[in-house]
Amino acid sequence: MAHDTTVTTSGHDEHHHESPVVFGFWVYLMTDCIIFGSLFATFAVLRNQFNGGPSGHELFELSGLGLETALLLISSITYGFGMIAAHKNEISKVIMWLGVTFLLGLGFVGLEVNEFAHMIHEGAGPDRSAFLSAFFTLVATHGLHVSCGLIWIVTLMVQLMGTTAIPERMMNKLTCLSLFWHFLDIVWICVFSYVYLASMI
Amino acid sequence: MSDLHTTSSGESHGSVSSYIIGFVLAVILTVLAFAVVAMHSLSPSGTIIAVSVLALVQVLVHLHYFLHMGGGSEQRWNNMCFVFTVGFVAIFIVGTLFVMNNTAIHMMSR
Amino acid sequence: MLGRLSLSAIPLDVPILVGTFLGVAIVGLAVLGLITYYGKWGYLWKEWFTSVDHKRLAVMYIILALVALFRGFADAIMMRTQLALAYAGNPGYLPPHHYDQIFSAHGTIMIFFLAMAFMTGLFNFVVPLQIGARDVAFPFLNNLSFWMTAIAFILVNVSLFIGEFSQCGWLAYPPLSEAQFSPGVGVDYYIWAIQLSGVGTLLTGVNFFVTIVKMRAPGMTWMKMPVFTWTAFCSSILIMVSFPVLTVAVALLGLDRYFGMHFFTNDGGGNQMMYLNLIWAWGHPEVYILVIPAFGVFSEVVPAFSQKPLFGYGTMVYATCAIMVLSFLVWVHHFFTMGAGPDVNAFFGIATMVISIPTGVKLFNWMFTMYKGRIQYHACMYWAVGFMVTFTIGGMTGVMMAIPGADFVLHNSLFLIAHFHNVIIGGVYFGYVCGMNFWFPKVMGFKLNESWGKRAFWFWFVGFYFAFVPLYVVGFQGMTRRLNHYDNPAWHPWLLIAEVGAVLILFGIVCQLMQLFVSIRDRNLAENRDFTGDPWNGRTLEWSTSSPPPVYNFAIVPHVHELDAYMHDKENGVDTRCAGGQYEAIHMPKNTAAGFLVGAFSLILGFAAIWYIWWLAAIGLIGVIGTVIARSANKDIDFYIPAEEVARIENEHTRKLMAQAAE
Repeated sequence: MAHDTTVTTSGHDEHHHESPVVFGFWVYLMTDCIIFGSLFATFAVLRNQFNGGPSGHELFELSGLGLETALLLISSITYGFGMIAAHKNEISKVIMWLGVTFLLGLGFVGLEVNEFAHMIHEGAGPDRSAFLSAFFTLVATHGLHVSCGLIWIVTLMVQLMGTTAIPERMMNKLTCLSLFWHFLDIVWICVFSYVYLASMI
Repeated sequence: MSDLHTTSSGESHGSVSSYIIGFVLAVILTVLAFAVVAMHSLSPSGTIIAVSVLALVQVLVHLHYFLHMGGGSEQRWNNMCFVFTVGFVAIFIVGTLFVMNNTAIHMMSR
Repeated sequence: MLGRLSLSAIPLDVPILVGTFLGVAIVGLAVLGLITYYGKWGYLWKEWFTSVDHKRLAVMYIILALVALFRGFADAIMMRTQLALAYAGNPGYLPPHHYDQIFSAHGTIMIFFLAMAFMTGLFNFVVPLQIGARDVAFPFLNNLSFWMTAIAFILVNVSLFIGEFSQCGWLAYPPLSEAQFSPGVGVDYYIWAIQLSGVGTLLTGVNFFVTIVKMRAPGMTWMKMPVFTWTAFCSSILIMVSFPVLTVAVALLGLDRYFGMHFFTNDGGGNQMMYLNLIWAWGHPEVYILVIPAFGVFSEVVPAFSQKPLFGYGTMVYATCAIMVLSFLVWVHHFFTMGAGPDVNAFFGIATMVISIPTGVKLFNWMFTMYKGRIQYHACMYWAVGFMVTFTIGGMTGVMMAIPGADFVLHNSLFLIAHFHNVIIGGVYFGYVCGMNFWFPKVMGFKLNESWGKRAFWFWFVGFYFAFVPLYVVGFQGMTRRLNHYDNPAWHPWLLIAEVGAVLILFGIVCQLMQLFVSIRDRNLAENRDFTGDPWNGRTLEWSTSSPPPVYNFAIVPHVHELDAYMHDKENGVDTRCAGGQYEAIHMPKNTAAGFLVGAFSLILGFAAIWYIWWLAAIGLIGVIGTVIARSANKDIDFYIPAEEVARIENEHTRKLMAQAAE
């Protein structure tokens, strides 16, 4: 995804010219934000269309949600520690923190898959009602993003192994992934507030 | 965000303490939101408002401590993109609810 | 093993399709055979398919757009012919099943693969040159965007011969497009084509936004930026804001179809109106995505051929931005009749009418630019003036339909069809063709033939009025869109006139082809060759470099001091090129096959998912992810052009310039 680009000013000062990769990725994240915004709008419109099926009040439980949230929040700070290590060029620490983040993210995805499987088993799958379609799609889109983040983390860990220095291009990738990971946290805040908690009131 | 790797001050890419402050604030806000719902101490509309306010504050905490958004001039475009996007999403969600609720009332589909 | 795919999916019983297939196969084999005969595969692969050069990608985009034009126009003239025949008991020659696919494909192709590809081609060619940059911000993504658009177009055309295309109109409204009513593969072809090309378009938007924000030449502040770049900027923002909404709308429809969900179904609590709400939150900005760059083209062409600076540059910029913002606030005017109350309809009706104000500002700016200018009636000016007349009429009928009460009469009628063809042909298409005539010598180093250009214009212009004014009339007479046959004698003469218009437009397209043919044949004549790089006495930086520009665009990055930087330099005797100056090695990106591979795997993924061939879909998906990861690990992505090589290319150009000056 990330790659070098041509320099815009004459060659000699390219080292001072910041690469547009991180900014470009931020802009891309903004478009992702609109995808989630549209899904939230859809959920808001369909939130009461239970079709005689279960409502969120009957389906969601606080403890599982709390555990998922905790894993994601902790993974945010562990990724942050990884970035701090990266700025100090401590590669083994970066790999270690990325590994911890990966495990936490994997735990989150595992819990979510488990929750979904449980709901589908109980007959509350995405084809039960419009409310459940909107719920599954919104939450699974977030989960899919986290899963992509996991693949990305592994890719970067492999690329970091055996290197002794972090070149600018690698630093850009780590920074982009950092933005991505923290951005998913923000989406999750909206998910647990407006999807889960609001349905449980 | 584009300056994260270039500055040497260490400020824009955060420090251990800033991450921990952010984390503690995030945990407090999350727990408060969960508690408001679990305790049933407020009226339904009051609970929704409380959860919304807590979510908004927590988003700001994350933006500041984890995504390191700030007022620096080199971040102007990042901030502008963000504000523009949030503005559009707000227009779209509010507009959608306005249109769809109005339609539902007139079409008696609810 | 092959999912839903079986021999019965191939429409051997439809003679039109068999004939088309034979035609496409013969022409295709001839082209492939010629390429093989002349041994050009390696050249095509190395210099074009894997190219990350924005100029090469621009040419490929425009070729794609022209191919899409032929396909889309073939659909159009078939529809017109059907309606000229299918009157009073005559069923015409197209049964409804086939006719419905044709109108759906026509809209889809014209918007997504003609207009969007043409626009992206113009962006690619002009924007980096206008801002004095050596390439776009993300050259690899640029190549990837092209391939995603190209394979999506291939997918749409595959549907002609394997299976069927959507029969639900170009926006595939549910519940008709749901699995319950459209169980075939048609809507799935539509969904995958839209989603895959959407990825390409979104990346294009991000790419050009970042390019314009971060890569302008030193000194080019926002208010010194050429108007076409401004319009590309606003259009990119609209792409980034609206295409994600399209992705969501079509993805939710896909979830309904593939997983039995209930977003837009009749049962299960689904809400079709939400689909309309989502798709038009994309659809309205989309038409501005298309037309704003056309405004940009005219803002470059009219000053160049009036030999005057653009009148009211500032108001032009503000008007563009105003249109951009307002275009978010009007999406409901596409479905006033859905059942919302007067509050909603009044709000969106007024917001729609407000857009005509900044648009009017632009029209006056162009006219005042021409006022007391030394106007050269070049073919470009024909398209520009034809645009001003036609677009104004189309805009006025648009304001008529912005009145909710009037819209209740006109909604879904042929009046609407006439209106949006009026603005899309008269605005978007005229604009892009005008841009093609204007920038062609910059791309190729020789001019397009003017006589054929003017003939093409007259056929298009007259043909347009013949084809669409009758549709306004029958729209008022109550004829709805997408009718397969009818028995109202009052409509028939008008539809015969419309058929004549379609034939005139056909002549227009033939003239455009002749224009290309004649221009390429006569490219070496002295009056057509252009070594100066500045055939029209241009104002902006793209005219300061050679035609075609060297791979690095500018040997020395220009410094901008004024609006219309190149004109300013010419008037003040500044040598923008710094000919004979001290050159330095130039850092450039390397060509890559990754974009092509991601495109190819996406094509496999899309095709397999349409036919439920899940193992093949898995291969496609893994291929996409694997290619992206391999690309990310590739360290060999850039190189330097040595200073001596730059000096050699630049001195060669200087020599040609002096030779031409001496003649």
